[in-house]
Amino acid sequence: MHSSLGTDAKLSRRVLQDRLFKLILVGVALGVVLLLTTIIGFVIQQGISVINWSFFTHLPQPPGASHSGILNAILGTLMLTVLASLISIPVGIWCGVAMAEHPLHPLVKWAQVSVDGIQSIPSILFGIMAYLWVVVPMGQFSAVSGAVALSMIMLPIVIRAVEEAVRRVPTTMREASLALGVSPFRTTIKVVIPCALNGILTGSLLGVSRISGETAPLLFTAFGSPFLVISIFQPVQSMPILIYNYATSPYADWQQIGWGASLVLILFCFVLSVGTRWVFKR
Amino acid sequence: MMSVPTTFRVIDLRVSIGVDAIIRGISMDFFANTVTSIMGPSGCGKTTFIRCMNRLHELVPSIQVSGDIVLFNQNIFSVNPMLIRRQVGMVFQRPNPFPTMSIFENVVAGYRLNGIRLAKSESSQIVETSLLKAGLWHEVKDSLHRKGAFLSGGQQQRLCIARALAMDPSVLLLDEPTSALDPKSTSHIEDLIAELKESVSIIMVTHNIGQASRVSDYTAFFLAGELVEYGTTQKLFTVPDDPRTEEYLSRKFG
Repeated sequence: MHSSLGTDAKLSRRVLQDRLFKLILVGVALGVVLLLTTIIGFVIQQGISVINWSFFTHLPQPPGASHSGILNAILGTLMLTVLASLISIPVGIWCGVAMAEHPLHPLVKWAQVSVDGIQSIPSILFGIMAYLWVVVPMGQFSAVSGAVALSMIMLPIVIRAVEEAVRRVPTTMREASLALGVSPFRTTIKVVIPCALNGILTGSLLGVSRISGETAPLLFTAFGSPFLVISIFQPVQSMPILIYNYATSPYADWQQIGWGASLVLILFCFVLSVGTRWVFKR
Repeated sequence: MMSVPTTFRVIDLRVSIGVDAIIRGISMDFFANTVTSIMGPSGCGKTTFIRCMNRLHELVPSIQVSGDIVLFNQNIFSVNPMLIRRQVGMVFQRPNPFPTMSIFENVVAGYRLNGIRLAKSESSQIVETSLLKAGLWHEVKDSLHRKGAFLSGGQQQRLCIARALAMDPSVLLLDEPTSALDPKSTSHIEDLIAELKESVSIIMVTHNIGQASRVSDYTAFFLAGELVEYGTTQKLFTVPDDPRTEEYLSRKFG
């Protein structure tokens, strides 16, 4: 019996290999989990003490003053994110749907390469481009210029997600619609997009969670501001810039606020990305 | 055979994709209020053939078609395919109800998607009539506004038949409508086809010889893109003219 199945020595070596492989697998998986929990745990530990109601409702105060808050950064990040989404979600959906529905069009290959290319550009360059295209002509830093920079980061994420989602819609859905005498355009709008809606929304929200933590592109564009700004043509504060400024300040209470803001930002992104995945998994 | 009015008249249809000839010159007439089966082994071009009849073959890039298909004296290649498709319904191999729509919305999808507005009473009427014709009304009348996903495969296929019938087509194309279904659903749909020919002409592709003999008035036998034999089902199954038909029926190659 052993002669046909290999020797005991060979077998025990394979059992050993198998165990070793499983051990490495468990170790690596644990490492990833540990990394995430350490980062989140550390930020919670450092930041939780400053978080209370006034942290969300007050403006930053001078060092040493009480009731310091990050209202301006929260509103600024919201403003930047909404503006960037208004640019990149419609364009991204249009582009992704077009690419998925006309896979043989000669431009699609170029578009795909361009989308990958844009995704590989370091984010600070989008800040520089937005500075040249928007800040310089307008003569000042502004929320709009920050949103333009962020939308360039968001666009390829949305396009890719939409393209994937639309491609996953079975051809039989399109055939069912076309066979009823529906035009290709209405088939796309009324059948294909509703079928792909989950993927489209997931992609858009992933794009939002990606840009809400971006710092580099905002340095030359939204710039930052200690004030509550409601004009999109003024420099505006954002969470990452606030964290950067406060964490590098020499004042201990400002550094604390930096940690608190980090915690808020991390929770926002976490809820957004985990939440969207969970909701759209059905 | 010629006394019955014709629906489709196919004249020397040739279809190729790249260098592969799929259909090599087929001419045949289809008759009103009859069930015509197109049978043949896999790859004989029967699905391509039926998809040409509502021009759905145009979804395949680089497909080339020559010859003519005439429907009620109108060459289908000289009008917008959307007009042909509203007149010619199609049911596919796998049930494909729209997953985002309720049963009700699925039945009237042909109107809604085409932007044709219906009064509420009118659409309710169309839904009821179409589901009754498709033999599904009594099973779903209490859940019309639920999504169709909970239906069995056979029920979904009958929903697709109802969706096609709702447009009041003059011809219904069935592309192996039972190939993805269990035997019970299959026999249900076969019974349905026999009833439907009162109001609509049916052209059905099948790879199931038994099915062709059970439900159709006329049968065509395709082989390698050619029409080998076409005649009444009774004649074709009992005294076929062509030895290849006899061979296919007895040895069931393919």
